Order: sequence, then structure tokens, then C-alpha cells
Amino acid sequence: MKVTVRVWRQKNAKTPGRFVEYEVADASPDMSFFEMLDVLNERITKQGEEPIAFDSDCREGICGACSCVINGEAHGPEKKVTTCQTYMRSFQDGQVIIVEPFRAKAFPLIKDLVVDRSAFDRIIQAGGFISVNTGSAPEANTVPLPKYHSDLAMDAASCIGCGACVAACKNTSASLFVAAKVSHLNLLPQGKPEKDPRVLGMVQAMDEAGFGSCTVTGSCEAVCPKGIPISFISRMNYDFIAAALKLRVHGRRV
Amino acid sequence: MNSIRKVFGTAVGKKCGMALTGVFLFLFVVGHMVGNLQVFLGQYAINHYAQLLQSNTGVLWSLRICLAAVALTHIYFAITLTLENRAKREVGYEVKELVGASLASRTMFISGSVIFGFIVYHLLHFTTGTTNPEFMTFKDERGWHDVYRMVQTGFSNGWVVAAYVVGVGALGLHLSNGLRAFCQSLGWRFETYASRIDRAAVIVAVVLFVGFAIVPLALFLGGAK
Ligand code: HEM
Ligand code: FES
Repeated sequence: MKVTVRVWRQKNAKTPGRFVEYEVADASPDMSFFEMLDVLNERITKQGEEPIAFDSDCREGICGACSCVINGEAHGPEKKVTTCQTYMRSFQDGQVIIVEPFRAKAFPLIKDLVVDRSAFDRIIQAGGFISVNTGSAPEANTVPLPKYHSDLAMDAASCIGCGACVAACKNTSASLFVAAKVSHLNLLPQGKPEKDPRVLGMVQAMDEAGFGSCTVTGSCEAVCPKGIPISFISRMNYDFIAAALKLRVHGRRV
Repeated sequence: MNSIRKVFGTAVGKKCGMALTGVFLFLFVVGHMVGNLQVFLGQYAINHYAQLLQSNTGVLWSLRICLAAVALTHIYFAITLTLENRAKREVGYEVKELVGASLASRTMFISGSVIFGFIVYHLLHFTTGTTNPEFMTFKDERGWHDVYRMVQTGFSNGWVVAAYVVGVGALGLHLSNGLRAFCQSLGWRFETYASRIDRAAVIVAVVLFVGFAIVPLALFLGGAK
């Protein structure tokens, strides 16, 4: 199949960027989107040009390294998949495919399609630690845990931290990411002791990192490759309010 | 975070402010709608109701001051959040598919602004009578302010009716997302109730829209006795 790729090229954060169009005449519907870009990059490199820079690592939809907004949708047209798991069969022969980086002030652009998502790391750091004994696995059933909560915690923990929620949100809010990270620990007994400082710290870190607030549009859950629902944002708000109302966490004023 | 002020300074805290003020306004609006519907009970009912409100000056003014303060707080949070959020994407997208986001959720600030404009007009129209000074002189046989005649005269003009329908339409749109957002912001939209809350928000918004719009429409079309 033949496609036209209209891709954002930008040398670095300081140089202004622009869209460049490339024809890819020899794409196969069985190729992944990135394999198609690999083929294109090989050709570009042979022509002595800089290849298109994009993030990818596992290429099996589990690491969260890949990004890109394809034809206006974070992670492309298919629901609940990452860009690396998007295949050329999702596009039509002769289609113009517009590829852009994730756009958010909190995700500064590094090069072409690569953005700096270390703001997420700072939020994770603000979440602090959990107190578990490492080494040997605890005896089964020594820590009672309702099935419902373990299921929910698993759903939240499936967040791969890719940042698509931020890219799709009109406010560049990181609420879905933060909510998933807060909930997956707050729902489990292992995360309970640090529940309050965790949610207060992460919510504050989210603001400091320069993300917007939530207007409950639902764009984030629509593009989330793991299908994490926005009800987790409500859980985060609940935990935040509960922690803030106590005014004192671990003896210190909040 | 070392003070309650800081808590309300976070994005989540500001959204709580938005939600609490929003739901107060919502409760007022429900009461207002029920009051309005008394127009269908005839001239005595609505004039009596108006007389009751106006004679309790203390209650009336306390309510007015509370409402103004709450509305201004809501608008203050709305403007600060909207401006902050808009500044957070410096370079926009070439193409943007609005996946998952309803029209109402994307236009909260626009619908809110239309509501604000409508409130100003509505106050000048029926409360102060600035647009139609003769309205304030209407009296019924008991010597009460003849609200019935005022709304009947007011809504005989098609443009006025259109303005009211647009105003309350914006309110319905705002609340169809606002009511679910309110539950979400205060942390009550748990997964078990999420879809039910979303549906209830739309139903309540439609009921409010119909309850408000029916008065000007019925009076214009001559349906009220
Ligand atoms: C009778 C009038 C009004 C009612 C009943 C009302 C109600 C609500 C409710 C319940 C919410 C949801 C709160 C939440 O997100 O948790 C909301 C949000 C909002 N309201 Fe209003 N509102 C009214 C007037 C206005 C006005 C006059 C404006 C501004 C010009 C406005 C702007 C907004 C905005 C922008 C949001 C979304 C907040 C955000 O995006 O973070 N509203 N409103
Ligand atoms: S490259 Fe790992 S999720 Fe896409």
C-alpha cells in the first residue's frame, strides 16, 4: 500500500519546526506503524538526511515509551492500543497520515516526535514510598483484601505512563495518570499507611509540573491504551478531599 | 502543603470550589423553576408567591447576597481555571479529533458565559425593570405587584422569548456536564455509579430546560390561562 506521511520535523526545542511530507510507496498492511516509519527512516538516512526521531522501546504495548498523535488522535485510530501496536491495516491505501508529537507545555519537545515526559517521574517521586518487606513472598491470605479492590487496583496499575491522557486533554491535564497511580496503591493494604501524604503530594506535584485541571470531558479515557476509566479521577479526588479535611497527616499540618 | 488555603489552591481544590458553588447555584435554579411554574396556576398564585418573597425583605436580601457571592466565586474559579488551562498548550495540533468529549464538556466556559449574559439581561428585564420601566408599575386588584401581567406582556415579544430559550438552553447544556462533573470533582462518581450519574445529569438538565422554557413559550403561544 502507498501512504503519504505528513510528519512534524523539529531539530530541537529552540529551532522552529514544520510539517514535512514523505511518500511511502512500499508499505504493507501487516507492518506496524513504526515498521513503516523504520522503512521510511532507512530511505531518509540513505539520502543523507536526518531520520525522523520518535520514541519506542518494547513495541508490544507494555512499556509506555511510544507516543505520537496520529490524525488528531493520541496513539492513532484504534481504541485501547499504543502507537507501537497500531498497524498499517488501520489506514487506507493512498491516505495522508498526519503525525504530531504530544503537545503540552509540561511535555517540552526534544526533537521531531520526541517529547520530555520526565514531569511524570517527578509526580511519581512525590508519591513517596510504600512499606513492604521484600525478599520472600508473604504467606497467602495473611493480608485480607477484597477481590473488588484487588481488581480495581490491577486496573489502575495497568497504566503504562505513556502520557496519551495529557496529549488528548484540552487542558493538558494529567489527572488520569495521577489518579491511576494514586489509586493503585491507595486501594491496597500495602499502600494504606502512606495514603494521605501520597495523594496530597502527587496532586501538588501535578500542578507544579505544569499540567492543567480536569473538566471531565472524558477524552483521556477514550485514548487511554489501557482503557483506564475516569472514575479513577473521582477516586483520587475523594482521597484528596479526605486527606485534606484531616488537616494533619502523620502529625504534620497539611 | 501547609494550609487549607494551599489545599484550595491546587487544581483539585479549585474544582471542589467550582463544584460546591455550582451545586448551590443548581439548587437555587431548581427552586426558581418550581416558583416560575406557578404561572400555570393562574394570576393569584404567582402574584401571591412574588408578594411573599418581596415582603420578607430580610430573607430576600440575605438570599440575594448569598447568591451573588456564590455566583461570583463560581465565575472567579471558572475564569482562573480556564485561563490557566488554555495557557498549558502553547503549540496546538494540526488536526484534533475530539474523541470522547461531549459538546457540553468542551463548551463549559462558553455556556457559562451565555448564562451570565442571560442573568444580567433577566435582572434588567424582570427584577429592576430597566429595559421596560412600565413593568414595575403593574398592580393587581390587591395592590400587589402584578407579576402575571408582567411576564405575559414580556413574553408577548418573540425576540424576548428567543433570548430566554437560548439562555435556559445554555443552562441545560452547562448542567448536562456540570452535574456529572460536580459528582466527579467531589469524589462521588465511583465506577459503580458512573454511567448512572452521567445519565441522571442529562435527564435533570433536560427537565430543567423544559421547566424553564415552557413558561415563555406557553405565554407566547397563548397557552396560559
Ligand atoms: C445558574 C448558573 C450556573 C450553574 C447552576 C452552574 C453550575 C455548574 C456546575 C454544577 C459545574 C460543575 C462543577 C465541577 O466541575 O465540579 C459547573 C462548572 C463550570 N461552570 Fe458553571 N454554573 C453556572 C453559571 C456559570 C457561569 C456564569 C460561568 C462562567 C462564566 C460558569 C462557568 C463554569 C465553568 C467554566 C465550569 C467548568 C469548570 C472547569 O472546567 O474546571 N458557570 N457549573
Ligand atoms: S513502545 Fe512500548 S508501549 Fe509502545
